[in-house]
Amino acid sequence: MRFVDEFRDAEMARALAAKIVALCEPGREYKLMEVCGGHTHTIYRHGLEDYLPQQITLVHGPGCPVCVIPMGRVDDAMALASEPDVIMTSFGDMMRVPGSNGSFFDAKARGTDIRMVYSPLDSLKIARQYPDRRVVFMAIGFETTAPSTAMTLLRAAAERLTNFSVFCNHVTIIPAIKAILDSPDLRLDGFIGPGHVSTVIGCRPYEFIARDYGRPVVVAGFEPLDILQSIYMLMLQLAQGRATVENQYSRVVSWEGNGVALRAIAQSMELRPYFEWRGLGFISQSALRVREEYAAFDAERLFAVPGVRVADPKACQCGEVLKGVLKPWECKVFGTACTPETPIGTCMVSPEGACAAYYNYGRFARQRPAVVSEP
Amino acid sequence: MTVENTGVPAREELVLERIDRVRRARPRVREDRITMSHGAGGKATQTLIEAVFLEAFRNPLLETLEDAATVAIGGGRIAMTTDSYVVSPLFFPGGDIGDLAVNGTVNDLAVAGAEPLYLSAGFILEEGLPVADLMTIAASMQAAAQRAGVQVVTGDTKVVERGKADGCYVNTAGVGVFRHDRVLGVASARPGDVILVSGPVGDHGVTIMLARGGLDLEADVHSDTAALTGLVAGLLAAAPGLRAMRDATRGGVATILNEIAAAAGVGIVVTEDDIPVRTEVRGACELLGIDPMYVASEGRLVAVVSPEDADSALTALRSHPLGQDAAIIGTVKGGPPGTVTLRTAFGGTRIVDLLVGDPLPRIC
Repeated sequence: MRFVDEFRDAEMARALAAKIVALCEPGREYKLMEVCGGHTHTIYRHGLEDYLPQQITLVHGPGCPVCVIPMGRVDDAMALASEPDVIMTSFGDMMRVPGSNGSFFDAKARGTDIRMVYSPLDSLKIARQYPDRRVVFMAIGFETTAPSTAMTLLRAAAERLTNFSVFCNHVTIIPAIKAILDSPDLRLDGFIGPGHVSTVIGCRPYEFIARDYGRPVVVAGFEPLDILQSIYMLMLQLAQGRATVENQYSRVVSWEGNGVALRAIAQSMELRPYFEWRGLGFISQSALRVREEYAAFDAERLFAVPGVRVADPKACQCGEVLKGVLKPWECKVFGTACTPETPIGTCMVSPEGACAAYYNYGRFARQRPAVVSEP
Repeated sequence: MTVENTGVPAREELVLERIDRVRRARPRVREDRITMSHGAGGKATQTLIEAVFLEAFRNPLLETLEDAATVAIGGGRIAMTTDSYVVSPLFFPGGDIGDLAVNGTVNDLAVAGAEPLYLSAGFILEEGLPVADLMTIAASMQAAAQRAGVQVVTGDTKVVERGKADGCYVNTAGVGVFRHDRVLGVASARPGDVILVSGPVGDHGVTIMLARGGLDLEADVHSDTAALTGLVAGLLAAAPGLRAMRDATRGGVATILNEIAAAAGVGIVVTEDDIPVRTEVRGACELLGIDPMYVASEGRLVAVVSPEDADSALTALRSHPLGQDAAIIGTVKGGPPGTVTLRTAFGGTRIVDLLVGDPLPRIC
């Protein structure tokens, strides 16, 4: 299939892998973080780690929109969904995320009107279709999905809809990366930068990582060769002792980002003073809320949102996994108490979550090439 | 500098063993209500079947959990099966709920190795269903029955109030007879055996997803619903080493492979490049983020064949109009037991597990 198979060519992968192996210094360990859950999914789905030498460890980062949603926000959404006349809408990924009293799927089975949509604009359609119901869209995601929520808010305002609102849980990627860089229990050599987020925000926002923390960043696409090439580019920077921001995904990502999308976000949303992230705790200026001007479409203003705070389950080590301190299988409950059927932590829910990806695709004794020093 | 293979760190292996033990434990339904996942054909369905139905009805005939039960009666053997159809929409490119209901049950008998003979048809109709629709459905059932060489010999009709059903649900049960004394079953797969698929996978599932119209996607795809009787007869005759067949319906090829691996206690390795998938289906799956290996077909079978009969089995499949694009997709290995691994087109390896549930419900 054109525009897909070219990016999955095994021949090119072997050539790149050989170049990566050649860049490894004997005895040196490399930890590279792929920030984005989409990358995690690609890595496991295509078995990309088979190409990497034992010395290179890929650390799965916090860029999975579902995985960073704290339990309290799920409970809040559940409370909203059970208000009279409400139709709750959200992306399919959200449906299995556990709150204190089960997931959206469970609530749906109990009779709560929760519907899966592919786009927030579909929620608008439902709102038009049911004028006597109140339709709430549970918005989740990084800067990748925020523009579509923003456009939906603008559209709802233009249409003067009176029965549509957004329960906004959009988060921003840079504060999360910064929190990880500032975390004392971490050692990372470089970052595979998130591709989709960067189509919106561009590459410039990552410059501080190279400048202030001395770590290279390569913004990467989502096909396996994209990621392998990005790893090569990171390894090359490390071998040359450089730390800069490079753009592997230049066919889509520009240095300055997408101005139209950024303006739509700025017009309808603003930064919250702080927001709770699953496993990472409260991070200041790390999430978006609906602007005052669009208050008529803000579920948090229209409804009495309980604002529940629920501590993450004790056994769950999603936080350590999100920060890359633990590999998924190193979590105490991984694969035993916590499985895709019975997720305790959010990392096990989304197909982009590090634990779910490892459980579904990587749960076997993988043979990997090791670099051995010359005789 | 040299590159060589090394295993995984010892601790990771311990974790994997622990997980294996947990997975072998007796299934338990944790939910207190039925959710859509229980009907998706993945792990949740399997758990429900084993924890509720197998527990309640336990007997040696049921325990094999094959597509059809094989029963000895009056010196001969018959196969018996039943299936319900709740597909939405009722009419879709390439078929409708009527021929689906006939072909599905016929295929469950055929892949058991039996010659399908008689069907029953039960209808649950929603108040308000256009009679013309019902006539169309009945006519296409009759046409499908004739193509498959079976007769609908008994039936039942119920009508429920508007809103209590979705237009029309159909249940069919079927009986077939064995014309030979070979015993087929997925539990008999053994290391060295070859896995074949009779044609491109996922056509039906993708057709239904697109026919619902919610995705605003268009592609030239049709359901592959068809009776596999002729194809199966050819395969049975050509390959004495045929161990088992399954039709790759709900849960797709991936689910069938997992069922084979679990029932026979073997490992299975398949090669992504060898699995036939139509470009349109692949494209739609790429866009939707779905793996075509999990998408339903309604006219495709997966066969396990001894290595020496692999070529003749492939030739037999390809000589039938429904099997022109048949392919060998993998082999059975000694282990790890119960595990299906995929050599990806990219050149890596990964597990192909059962899905928990399917976010896109009701495709058959």
